[in-house]
This record gives sequence, C-alpha cells and structure tokens, in this order.
Amino acid sequence: MKDQVIEILENLTGSDEVGKDLDVNLFESGLLDSMGTVQLLLELQSQCGIDVPVSEFERSEWDTPNKIIAKVENMQ
Amino acid sequence: MPNMQPYQNPTYFLILGVALLPIMIGMLFGKKLHWYQTLISFAFLLLTFGGPKWEQGIALICYIVFEVCLIGIYHAYRQKKNATWIFYLAVILAIIPLVIVKITPALEHGRASFIGFLGISYLTFKVVQIIMEIRDGIIKEFKPWLVLQFLLFFPTISSGPIDRYRRFVKDYNKSVVREKYLELLDKGVWYIFLGFLYKFILAYYFGSRLEPVVSRLAVSHGGISWWLVAYMYVYSMDLFFDFAGYSLFAVGVSYIMGIETPMNFNRPFKAHNIKDFWNRWHMTLSFWFRDYIYMRLVFFIMKNKLIKSRITIANVGYFTLFLIMGFWHGLTWYYIVYGLFHACAIILCDAWLRFKKKHQAHIPSNKFTEALAIFVTFNTVCFSFLIFSGFLNVLFFHGTN
Repeated sequence: MKDQVIEILENLTGSDEVGKDLDVNLFESGLLDSMGTVQLLLELQSQCGIDVPVSEFERSEWDTPNKIIAKVENMQ
Repeated sequence: MPNMQPYQNPTYFLILGVALLPIMIGMLFGKKLHWYQTLISFAFLLLTFGGPKWEQGIALICYIVFEVCLIGIYHAYRQKKNATWIFYLAVILAIIPLVIVKITPALEHGRASFIGFLGISYLTFKVVQIIMEIRDGIIKEFKPWLVLQFLLFFPTISSGPIDRYRRFVKDYNKSVVREKYLELLDKGVWYIFLGFLYKFILAYYFGSRLEPVVSRLAVSHGGISWWLVAYMYVYSMDLFFDFAGYSLFAVGVSYIMGIETPMNFNRPFKAHNIKDFWNRWHMTLSFWFRDYIYMRLVFFIMKNKLIKSRITIANVGYFTLFLIMGFWHGLTWYYIVYGLFHACAIILCDAWLRFKKKHQAHIPSNKFTEALAIFVTFNTVCFSFLIFSGFLNVLFFHGTN
C-alpha cells in the first residue's frame, strides 16, 4: 500500500522527491496544489478503492506523504 | 434603543470588555458559561441589529429561520436518499436570499433590498458549507442549537472570518484547560491591540487622511496621473489595514470566548506570486472558494471526464471561481473585472510556474529574483485593488463609488 501511494504521488508531482523524503510538506514545497489534490483523491478512489469526499480533505492532515499513507491505511 | 456597529468605536470595546469578563473568569476556573455566552451574543446582536436598524433585525430573524429549516429538511432527506438534484435545489434555495440582495441595487438604482442585513454574505457561506458537508455525509447529525450558535456567533457575524461548522462545534464543546486558555487569552488580547493599531491608526491615516487628498488631486488632474498611482497604493493600504484590523478584532474576541476562529490574513504583501497571495489574503474566503467551488468543480469535471487537459480544467476552475467572487462583491463592472483580472493573473502565474519547473536549471533564483517576485506581485495586487475600489468608475465614467 505504501509503495502504491508513493507511486501515485510521484506520478502526480512529476518528481521523485516524494519518495526520498516522506515528511516533505507537499503544499508548502509547491509539489501539490488544489488540482493535484483532486487528482490524488481520484487516484486513491480508483487504485486503492477508498472514498474521500472533498470536504473530508483537511489540508493540514494530508500535507506529507507519511500522513497520506497513514490516512489511507486507516481507511482501508 | 442604542445601536452600535461591531468594533467601530471605543464604547463598543468598553461594553465588550465588561461583557467578556465573566466568560474569562469562568474559563480560568475551567467552566464554560454557555448560557451566559448565549445571553451576551443575543445582547450584542440586539445592539447591532436593533434600534434604528430594527428592519435589518427582522430580516436577520427571517433569514435564520428559513436557512435553519432548510438545513433541517435537507438533513432529514439525506438520511434516506441522496438525489443530486435535491442537493442542487437545497444549495440554490440557500443562496437565493443573497442573490436577491445582490441584484436588487443593480435593478433599482442603488436601493438596498429589504431582506438584506449586515453579514448576509458571510452567513450564506456558512449555510452552503453545512449543506455540502451534509451531502458528503461528513456532518451526520443536525443539531439546530449548535447550527444557530455557529451561524449567529456574534464576533464574526458582520464580516467573517468564515469558520467551519465541524471546527467550531469541536471548540464549542471542548472542555477548558487553564494553561491552554491562558495562551488563548494572551493571543486574543494581543490580536485586539494589534487590531487597534491597524484599524484606528494605520487605516485611519490612509483612509481618512491621505485618501481624500490623493483622490481629490487625481480627480482634478483627470485621466492617468501620478496621483492616480498614489491613490492606488493609499487605497490598497487602507483596504488591508481596515479589513485585517477588523479580522484581528473578530479573531481576538473569539479566542477570549474559547473559539479559535481561523486567521484571515498572513502577511499578504510578502507573497511571491498571485497564487501565494490568495493563500495569504482574506484566507477564510479564498479557502472557502477553493474547497467548496474550485475543488468540487475540478473533481466533477475530472470524474465525468468532461475535459481532458489538466491545464484547461484548472483554468475553467479559476474563471468560475473568480467570476463568482466578482459577482459576490456586487453587480458592478469593476467588481467583475476585478474577478476576471485575478483569474487571468492566476492562470498566467500557473503557466509561469510550469515553465519554471521545466527550465529549472536555467532560471536564476536568488535574493534579487525573490525581491523582484514580491515587487511584481505587490504591484499586480495593488492594481487589482484600484479596479476594485471603483475609483476608475468615478474618474473615467463620472460614476459614484
């Protein structure tokens, strides 16, 4: 699961930075924006089968790869 | 009966200070006096919407009854079914009063609608947010009393910041810890005093001292002049310090009441680009637009594969968002142009960011380029405020702003 999330993030951000530093702040570093966030939610839905409504997405809870992985593992 | 607009003069603050005293003492002893909080909320609403403004008070009551019933009915429906058109219908019904209030002056030569009242926009944002989260199944229970507390929270009723329902309820129900409250109290008082500096010294100086002078000179000179440029900066400073000052009061008073209302400004003039600017300026509004309009629209377009190109989707999203924001400010050409200007600016900004990412190796990045970025952003923003001010309408079309 962890690798899958990292792969999704690498594809979305078009950089391998996410794989190297799992605590990088995705929004502050400019790797992810609102657009990327929506794509992330759609990918999580189609690849991992977890459903996150847009209003569930609280930026501060999803701003690093580690936090996203934890969220996904929690929701499965 | 006396009437006072929120945070306008020393007397208001004096009354506020006295009224908040029992809350502070209660909190320091680990007690939340909810009944007392409700009592003073009511008193302050009466102070703002009573007396000569009683018509607004009636409008507020009718509006609240209507919206709370709407939320309750939609919630009851959502427990059983989840049709999309009912959801749209609920959102449309929720914004109809605001739409009427916004359209009336344009149709009736500036006459304000009788169903309008101070803060109707901000209440509508809160209501729409609740309906959308009920639809998403995130808000599961409908508690009319808490919805009322949230909507009518008096420190933020007139002009925000726009809080989020689930966040507010968490704070409202949280038990007090003395150390934590002392911290909040400390920050709250500090924000209020910073607000005094912003609103009563800086905004007063820019807005009431400088602005009349430069605007007179710009008008007498006519057309494009250096006085117009001066007006642009003076107006921008006034706008910022006035609104940021007001927001600081609202946040400070909320903190004292144990509610951590989110901040509205984060040094906006230090922004490196327009995107960054909207993460720092009137943040609760721009985040509201981001979360409840932009992201939902983008999600809808992508999920239904209506548009292929990622860039086109983002741009459609920006135009929709900023046009709605323009219309929300009011039905005048300059508010709408202001919205379109920001949509174009942010699209350009995105294109530049993509270009920069691609050619990272060849584009210098140092203290100088950073300063240049801040300078360009600041001036772009100030120019947009000049459009927003309506002053160009006065200058070129002899209108009134």
